[in-house]
Formats: sequence, structure tokens, C-alpha cells
Amino acid sequence: MSAPGFTNLNSSISYSQNSTPNGGAAPPCQNGPAQTYPSMYPPAGYYGAPPQQQGYPTIPARCSPAPSKSPITNNAHSANYYHNNQQQQQQHLPQHHAPPNVAPSSYGAPPSSLPPSQPYGTTPATLPTSAAPPANAQYNPQPFQQQVPYGASGSYYGQQLYHAPPAPQQQHQQQQQQQPCLVPAPASGPGAPLYPIVSYPSAPGSSQYGTLRSSQASSTTGAVPTLMSAPLHQYSAPQPALTTAVQPGYSMAPPAQQATVNGQGSTAQTTVHQHYDQSHQASVNYDPYGGLSQSNVGADGDRPPSGTPSTSVHSSPGRHQGGDTSSSTTGSASPVPNSYDSIEGGSYPDSMPPSNDMTNQAQSYGSYGYQSMQPAYQQGPASHGDSSPSHSLYGQSSYQQYSQPFPSLSQLSAALGGLSGVPELEVEALRPVNLLQERNLLPPRPLQAPEPNLSAELKKANCSPQTFRCTLTSIPQTQALLNKARLPLGLLLHPFRDLQQLPVITSNTIVRCRSCRTYINPFVSFLDQRRWKCNLCYRVNDVPDEFMYNPVTRSYGEPHKRPEVQNSTVEFIASSDYMLRPPQPAVYLFVLDVSHNAVEAGYLKHFCESLLDNLDKLPGDSRIRVGFLTFDSTIHFYNLQEGLSQPQMLVVSDIDDVFIPSHDSLMVNLKESKELVKDLLTSLPAMFSQSRETHSALGPALQAAYKLMSPTGGRVSVFQTQLPTLGAGLLQSREDPNQRSSTKGVQHLGPATDFYKKLALDCSGQQIGVDLFLLSSQYADLASLACISKYSAGSIYYYPSFHHVHNTAQLEKFQKDLERYLTRKIGFEAVMRIRCTKGLSIHTFHGNFFVRSTDLLSLANVNPDSAFAVQMSIEDSLADSSLACFQAALLYTSSKGKRRIRVHTLCLPVVNQLSDVYAGADVQAITCLLANMAIDRSISSSLSDARDALVNAVVDSLSAYKNTVSSLQQSGLIAPASLRLFPLYVLALLKQKALRTGTSTRLDERVFAMCEFKTQPLQQLMRLVHPDLYRLDTLSDQGALHLNDMVVPQLPLVHLSAERLSRDGAFLMDCGNVFYLWIGKCCNDMFIRDVLGCPNYAAMPPNMTHIPELETPLSERVRAFLDWLQDDRAFCSTLHVIKDDASAKSTFFQHLVEDRSEAASSYYEFIQHIQQQMSK
Amino acid sequence: MAFTFAAFCYMLALLLTAALIFFAIWHIIAFDELKTDYKNPIDQCNTLNPTVEKVKKIKRVKIALKLVLPEYLIHFFFCVMFFCAAEWLTLSLNIPLLAYHVWRYMSRPVMSGPGLYDPTTIMNADILAYCQKEGWCKLAFYLLSFFYYLYGYEKPFVSSSFPLLSCLGISINII
Repeated sequence: MSAPGFTNLNSSISYSQNSTPNGGAAPPCQNGPAQTYPSMYPPAGYYGAPPQQQGYPTIPARCSPAPSKSPITNNAHSANYYHNNQQQQQQHLPQHHAPPNVAPSSYGAPPSSLPPSQPYGTTPATLPTSAAPPANAQYNPQPFQQQVPYGASGSYYGQQLYHAPPAPQQQHQQQQQQQPCLVPAPASGPGAPLYPIVSYPSAPGSSQYGTLRSSQASSTTGAVPTLMSAPLHQYSAPQPALTTAVQPGYSMAPPAQQATVNGQGSTAQTTVHQHYDQSHQASVNYDPYGGLSQSNVGADGDRPPSGTPSTSVHSSPGRHQGGDTSSSTTGSASPVPNSYDSIEGGSYPDSMPPSNDMTNQAQSYGSYGYQSMQPAYQQGPASHGDSSPSHSLYGQSSYQQYSQPFPSLSQLSAALGGLSGVPELEVEALRPVNLLQERNLLPPRPLQAPEPNLSAELKKANCSPQTFRCTLTSIPQTQALLNKARLPLGLLLHPFRDLQQLPVITSNTIVRCRSCRTYINPFVSFLDQRRWKCNLCYRVNDVPDEFMYNPVTRSYGEPHKRPEVQNSTVEFIASSDYMLRPPQPAVYLFVLDVSHNAVEAGYLKHFCESLLDNLDKLPGDSRIRVGFLTFDSTIHFYNLQEGLSQPQMLVVSDIDDVFIPSHDSLMVNLKESKELVKDLLTSLPAMFSQSRETHSALGPALQAAYKLMSPTGGRVSVFQTQLPTLGAGLLQSREDPNQRSSTKGVQHLGPATDFYKKLALDCSGQQIGVDLFLLSSQYADLASLACISKYSAGSIYYYPSFHHVHNTAQLEKFQKDLERYLTRKIGFEAVMRIRCTKGLSIHTFHGNFFVRSTDLLSLANVNPDSAFAVQMSIEDSLADSSLACFQAALLYTSSKGKRRIRVHTLCLPVVNQLSDVYAGADVQAITCLLANMAIDRSISSSLSDARDALVNAVVDSLSAYKNTVSSLQQSGLIAPASLRLFPLYVLALLKQKALRTGTSTRLDERVFAMCEFKTQPLQQLMRLVHPDLYRLDTLSDQGALHLNDMVVPQLPLVHLSAERLSRDGAFLMDCGNVFYLWIGKCCNDMFIRDVLGCPNYAAMPPNMTHIPELETPLSERVRAFLDWLQDDRAFCSTLHVIKDDASAKSTFFQHLVEDRSEAASSYYEFIQHIQQQMSK
Repeated sequence: MAFTFAAFCYMLALLLTAALIFFAIWHIIAFDELKTDYKNPIDQCNTLNPTVEKVKKIKRVKIALKLVLPEYLIHFFFCVMFFCAAEWLTLSLNIPLLAYHVWRYMSRPVMSGPGLYDPTTIMNADILAYCQKEGWCKLAFYLLSFFYYLYGYEKPFVSSSFPLLSCLGISINII
């Protein structure tokens, strides 16, 4: 955003658009103070800080007029929209269309309203209060508010929901405390629940919640069972200050005493909303939030060191977001520290120390991500939570050190080493471990991603490892060095992950590098205030005027404090430049198999029930459309046109040349035809119950689906229960059951026909994503069928031996998956581009997508559960840079019909020493990338080749380490500590269904396991490959986390070996989407009684799938622990209680990968084998 | 000088090799375009692979620039010609390429139509690099063989050292 006051008139225009969101975001506070104060204190107008405080009382008045003017603004807005486009095209000639006297117009108003806060304010004349209302008003009309997609996804995150309800209360409280005269904003209540989700405006609500939690917990937050950990804790320290401070901060004007700059910052903070938020709800909601955020400001302002109102503001925006907005902290994070930082830096130290214990907890929650975004004092938690105090020190020192303005990037990076204190980590990572001797390799807690060896600020600004991870956290300088290390270089990406909070930025110009089109990110360097240097191609770009205005501090000339430069994960609302066509509506087509086999399996009833339940939760706006298509040997369409008394079925029996019987009535608007859709869903299961048709014409049905969907694009969900036997794309059974346990090669891992692949490519071209649910008890040639989803960016689900009565475990899984599937957020017509620093290039992609060009993936649909892997190679030496950056930009249409760009940026150091490369190796990421490569290899070459390649990967890397780095001439198998789990993980990989030989594995299950490897995010994949095992019966409160009122015990990991089990124990195995609780024969009766509710071992039923909610402390602890494990995953995991003597125990024991199985060696044998290979 | 069958073969091969050189250059350019982003791999593969159904939207397909199969066929064709003309040396020079073509086509990815390139895997850096390298190697081979055929074509005219040819020539002269 440009600083209105500052710039020329044209800026005001561009401004206006921005302001719309702003106004909307936090009408009361933001606009209020800014605009009102000039009138009240005309003379003081120049100094933002003092007047603004007083401005508050007037807010209500301003708010009320707003609605009346909304229509006008609306027009204004749309007008701006077009302007906008122009502007973007003509960025270079900004003045070009600046009408001289815009100010009076509705557009003009908003900009003018903002400037007052600035000392520079050029346009006092425009300030009159009349100007203000438009700002608010504009906000109202905004249809943009989109958080819903997130909201929906959020539903699965317990916390969000929990938080939501209390939030309004608190808000009210605060408002009452702070703003006696402020209207309590009744709407806040309803609005709030959706809120916590992400964008800035929402942030304040949640953040407040977070900050106040401890203080007000007793009154309000009893309901918050699971917590967001990190942010909250971190804030715990400041809390006392906050609560007491809140009021004074507000009513009095401590900020007034601040320097003008800061003052502005403080007032401006609310402005954040302007940009960020587009996504919200009715304008009404804003009021409360605005109030809140303001209050925070006040509170922060209170802190003695003051000077940091802006920083404080940040803390307000969010538990997580704190990091994003907080200018001071983030400012430090940005590679270009500046003088402001030093000013603001002072305030932090006092707030940090107290956070110790909390950070501890926070750390364990690391998985929530966003550590990187947290303010400086929060840093610790990322992965080494224990060290929080020291971390805070780092942060602090860094400020001082960098206080000179705009040091060059090279200077900065030169200083990195000394600052970060990583050497110790590095030493630890390089500690030689003799794998033959050390038996206890597992860390006490689940392994975290290694931290890159970066300065504290960069680390803090870096992308969350859950979203973006690199196999080598230190990038080797040359390909030669990489080859020497014998480790794969690649990225693991989970770009559309459900995020707790995400800065959403609306601005006229999305700032990008002019030559490589990189989005501006925290790792660019600002040469001075007007120019920035791209961190990928090193081109020097101009900073557009608009970007000079910082909405966070509401000041001009601080481009490095813009949210884009503070956060490595941001989302932009894209303009029409990013559209090839108007954003498509959410369109869902369900293609259902209704042949005899399907009726037998009985999935239809459960599908219809699930869809009926979730019909209102399907992501989409008012344009959402659905359609249904069933098939056996013919294809049935359903006319659901509004106005019909009941759904009409249209049967097309010509499957050789499928045609669409009616064009406009098959895909109908869900809102208009909801009754018909419900009718259909209720009658569908009965309709085919007598079906005797055993053939399945899947191919033609898919062709029909393609024709039906091609005008719009959207999502096709295919439910198939058998091998397609008719029409195009028919398949033969290729599996030879006698070969299932063959130790030789496995045949038929590739597709039998390219029909599905070609169709998928056509679908991809029309922006249709196809998701496949295969519920087959027989061989169904998943290897061929999966192509339909693989190349159209869909997801694949497989339920072997599905039967609604005989296989309840699968049924339950199906229901849970389906619920998640239907309600999770979705992005349409997406593309993802991955850019990387000059010298690096992309070698291969892994995942479900179609590769459009060397760095561009075309994703017809994008869903939050799928991940991607990328192999990289180093083409040119990276010697001229000390940092390597990767940027993934995902452009998609949200289910609300908004075009959005989500940008993730990862920054890693470049090293020229082999030892550094080893020290930075991320063993989990390496394992996952190798798994992806092995699967490619097994399809293109053969399974045994792939297995050999995996073993060789271990042998090569360990021998390379031994020959080059390790100076110790020990006997035995030496590995650096960073890679000590590598052989274990590779062994586990070799024992997975996808890659194992010798054990009976059905071809479809194997192929499905391969698909999973390709698309599962890293965390999930690692739990599949190497489950976490805990001993439950000995759990104690030692080292437990305290989350709200819950105590979550922390248990040490146990090696996956039967020798670690004991008959008198109870062990919990966490396999990602399923938990196994194994109860030993001699297990303590007390444990069985207290946790499982059975008197003794013998009385336990054989198939328990739930842990009863008993009131015993032990039961509470166990359930708390399970909930805590469950917290950060998308799928709701099922639990199986397994008795030692049950036949089911083999499912448990097959996961004990360190033991010898009939066809595979034990860990020790494997290690010995590797040693032999190395000595060859 | 006599205009023998072998000379005819060489002349034909000369012309066809010129076409093959054009194909090879086109091949190189196509993959270069692909690598530098100008083209969508689907279009790319549609142009390179002969597609049975017409893909209307792609204009270039109309000009029969589906090069792979024509290239293989042309090469196979003049190999047969050389075989008939009993030009064993020339044939033995071409056999490796012929074998490579056969192998290449046998090991193509699963697809219903004729063709070599799969749009979903072609963007893999290894495959892309391989295809580019293949293009350059073929270009070099065809260029060399072009000059060789030129020489082979003119040789009978220049020197009558070949007994068969000279006999024929003499006999023609006598007549």
C-alpha cells in the first residue's frame, strides 16, 4: 500500500482500493483513530500517536454512518478494480492515471483517512470526518471474505473450534474494559467462530484469545481443551503485563510519548487488517475485532520500553501471527535490519525470559508449524524448545548487532555463523556414531526437522519445516560436492496444508522480481529504500510506491516491514492478471459404481449418508454445483433441475459413444436444488439394491464425466468396486496370486493401458481433478486405474476387502476419510511453480500432478492432504552466494471463487565443506525422497533394482562419510549422528508393502502403498514407514506438558523391536492413520481396569476400537496423550486395541521393523550387510 | 559413367538424409523449446508422436510433423535399399542406428497409439536431457552420413575402379 499522504495523487487511487479492505478490517480502531483525530486535534494531526488514542471515543459515530454509504463505496470499489488492472499493467507509469483531485471522491476518501496518522500527511484538507465513513462502508460490501475455506478445514482442527466460542466473550470483556463508549459489536459472537482461522483481521481475535488466555482462563477458557501450544505459551510471559496494562494503554496515551515513528506504528497496526484481511465476514464483525486489536496496541504500548507499539501490535494479531505482524521482531528477521529495529528492539528482553516453561510445551507442539513466524522471543520452540531463554538472547543481540541500516546481504551472511550458535548443533550432528555398538539410536521424542545453520532472524523468518523441507539443510556449493556426499538433494513440499494462520495480503501490485518473477520474500535484500535485490536471480528491482507504505506500522518508507517481507508463508489475493478465465465455481461430480458388486459391498448407503450429513459443509459459495452419475453396464444421469418434483434418471446405454443427454440440468446449483439432491441421496441406495448387473463400464462413465465437467472444471469423485469390464478402458486381470510372495521381480506395476492416463491429461487440461475411491475385494488393477488421478492431481483411496458388514474396520476408515474428503478445503484450476536460486535446477517431481514445464506443475485440484517431492540438481556453482532459496508459489481458485496465490519461501545456507553437508542432512526428508525415487525406479525398471538402489544409497553415503569426513579410524560402521537413523529408516522402507519382497502382498495393495508414498506429506509418511512406539503403562507426569487444564504426559520412543516389548506392559504404536494399543498378557490389571474399563486381561473383548472415557487419572492421561498425538494430523486416526494372544497381533508385529521377518533381515543383520558392502 | 542402382540408392539416401537432418534439427528445437518453457508437453508429444485422432486445437499437427515414426521409416527404407544394392559397408554403418531405433521403439512407454514420448514423463530432467542428447547425436550422424552418401554417389562417376560398375560402363560404351 502506498502511503496516501505521501505520494502523489495517483497513489491515492491505488490506495483506495487497498483501503477498502482496510476499512473493513478494523473499522473502529483503524479508521477511527486515523480519521477522527485530525478533526479533533487539527493541530496535532501531524503526529499520529497522541491524537489517535483519543480518537476512539468517536468511533461509534463513525461506524454508524458507514453502512449507509456502502453502496457508493461498492461502486468505488469495482471501479478501482479495473483501475487496478490498468495499474498493474502500467506499473512503470503510475502517475499516468492519477486524476488530480481524487480525494473528495469515495476513492479518495480512504487514502486521505489514513494519512493523518502520518507525520508527513500531505492532505489535511481531505481529512474531514466525512471522508472516514467510506472506508468503513467499503468494507462492508466486500464480498471477498473468504476465510471460509479455511474455516471449513479448520473444523478439523480442534483448537480453532474451541477457541472460537470464548473469543467473543473476551472481546466483549475487553471492549467493556477498554472502550466504555464503544459499541459492543453484537455481531462479533457469530463471526468469531470462523475467525481464528487465519488472516490478519482474524488474527486479533484469536491472538487476544491467546494472550489473555492465562489471565482469563478461569472465566472463559475452560472450554479450550487442546491448545495451540506454541504461540500461546510464548505469550504467557507478557500476559500479566497485558492484562493489567490493557486498560491504561488504551485510555491513556502512553504511545503518545513515543517518537512519532513509533507512534504511527502503533496506530497503524490495525491497519494491518487493511491489507491482510480480506477474508472475513460481515462488516459488523469487524468492529469487535478492530476494537480488540486496538486494545492490544494499547496494551503493548504500555510496556515500559515503549517505543514498540508496533511490535506489541503484532503480538496482538495472533498467537501465531504475532510473528507476522510484529514489526520489530520480524524486522529483525528480515535480512535487512534497519535503524528502526534497533529502536524497537529494546523492548523485548523483559518479556521473554518468563516464557521458559511454556516454550517447553511449545516445542513439543512444534508440529504446528509457524515457529518460524513467531516473534523473536518465541524462537526457541521451533525445535529446540528447551533453550528458549538463550534464544531470546540471540534475538536480542542480533538486533543490536545489525542496527546499522541496510547492510548488504553478504555482510549479513558473513556474520551468520557467529551469531547463530549453531556450531554446537553441528558438532552434535557430526558426532560419529558406531551403528554396530549403539543400540539406542532413537531420540527420546519424535524426530524434528534439523535447523538450518542460519542466523536467528533468518531462521525465524524461514518457512515451517512442515510445509517446506529440504533433504540437506546445508546446500552444497557445487554438484561435485553433492556427488561426494552421495546424498540426494531435494525438497519435500506440502504447499496447501491446513494452516492455523496465514497472512492474507490484498494489494494492488504484487511485488515480484522483474526478470524471474519471484515474489518478494523475507530473504530479499533492500539496497536502499527504493530498491531491492532478488534473492533468486540477483536482479535489482525497484520498490513500487505502494509497497513503501507499511500497513503494519502505518508508516511510509519501511518496505522491509511489510508483511510480505516478514513472513515466508503468505497468501495474496490475485488480480485478474492471474486469471485465464473468470474464477470457476466449486463443481463436484460424483461418479458411483452401482453394479452388483458395489451393491454387495454396500458402500452406497454409507456414501449417501455421509454426503447428506456434509452437504452443507461442501466448500463453495453460492455458485456451488453438484451432479451425480451412476454406472454399471450403462450410464445413468440424474436430472436435478430446480422445479422438478423428483430427480429424473436418464439412462444412456450406448457406451461406445457416450453422449450427454441434457446439458444444463445435470450439474445443478446445490443451493437451488438442495431438496432434489437430498431426495436423490436418500433414494439412491434402494434404487439399485436389486441390481444383477455385474459389468462395469468405468471408462465410458469417466468419459461422460469429462464431457459433463469440461465447460467448468471441478472435482470428479469416482467410486469403483471392481475391474472395469466394458467399453473403453476395460482391463484384464493381470495378477498371478502365486507370485504375490515372489522374491523375484514383481510384474505389472505399471499401467496396462494408457486410456486412463490420456483421459487424465484431457481432464487436467479442462481443470478437472479426478479422485478415485477403490473399494474392491478383488484385484482391480489399481496400477492402471490410478493413472486417472495421478495425472489430474487427484487423490487415491483404497479399501481392500471393503464390506459394510464383514469389514467394519474398513467401513469406519471409509466413513472417516469420506467426511474429511468432503469437507476439506479445495483449490481449483491451480498451478504451482517452484523457483530456486540461480544455479539450482529442478530434476524431477514426485506426486500427483501434470508437469507443464520444467518448474511448473498443473494441478486441476489441489487439496490440503497431498504433498510433493522435488529432486534438485546443482547446475552452476553457488559460490557467489551464501544462501540458497526456494520459492513455491501456488496459484489457485478458492472454493469461494477467489484467485489466490500462496507463496512459501525457504532459505538455506550454502556450504563448501563436506562435513557441513553431513551435519545438515535431514534424515527423514532423505528417506522420503529416496522412497519416491525408489518407486519410480521400481516402475520404470524393476523392484529389485529399486531395493538395491536403496541399500546402495546407505552404503554410498556412509562410505563417503567414512572416507572423507570421519577422521577416526574406528572399526565398525560409523555414521554421523545426523544420519544415524538412516540405515534403520531404509530398512523400514524395504519392509513396507510397496517395496517388500518375499512376503505375500497383493498387487493392488502394493501399488496403493506406492501411491501413498508419492503423495503423503513427510510426517505422515514417516509414521507409516517407521511408526512411533511408546510404552503406555508406565506413563508418569514427569516432563508432561500442561495445556490449558490438561496434562499431556510425554513418553520416550521405544525401538521397534519385540525385544523392547514386555508382557507386563501396554504399548502404543502410532502408525499415522491408525493407532495400535498392544496389551501384554501379564499387563497390569490396574492399567486395564483404569484405561480400558475391563476388570482384567481375560475379560477384554477381542476387538476394541475405542478407549472408554473413564474418570480415572490414568485414563485421562492416556486419552490426553492420544488426543495430543492426534492433534496435528488431517486424518482422524483409528485405534485398535490388540491383545497379545489375538490373531490380530500379527498386524502389530509386522510394524516391528527391527526384527527379522520370514523374508527380511533384522536391523543388526542389515547393518552387517552394509558394513560388508562398504568394505568391498 | 553408368548410372547404377547403387548410385541411385546413394542419391536417394542423400536426399532422404537431408530430410532426416531437417527432422533432427526440428527434434532438437522442439526439445529445446520444451526445456525453455515455450511449449506444453502435451502439445509437444502430440507433434512428435503421430496421433491417430486429429487433435484439432494444435495447429502444427496438421503439417505432418509427427517426426519420430517417419524418421524411423525413412531410415529403415534406405537401409533396405542399401541391402538390395549390396552396399555392405554402408549398410553396416547404418545397422547400429537401425538397431537403436528398434530398441527405442520396443521400450517405449505404454500407449495405445504409435509414438515414443509420454507427456507425463517427458519433463523429467533425465529423459529431457537424454532426448536432447539423442537429437544432437543423430544430427551429427546424419550430417556425416550425408557427406558419405555424397561421396558414395559421386564415386562411381569419378573413378571406375569398381569392377562391376566399370564393366557395365564399358559395356555401355561398347554398345
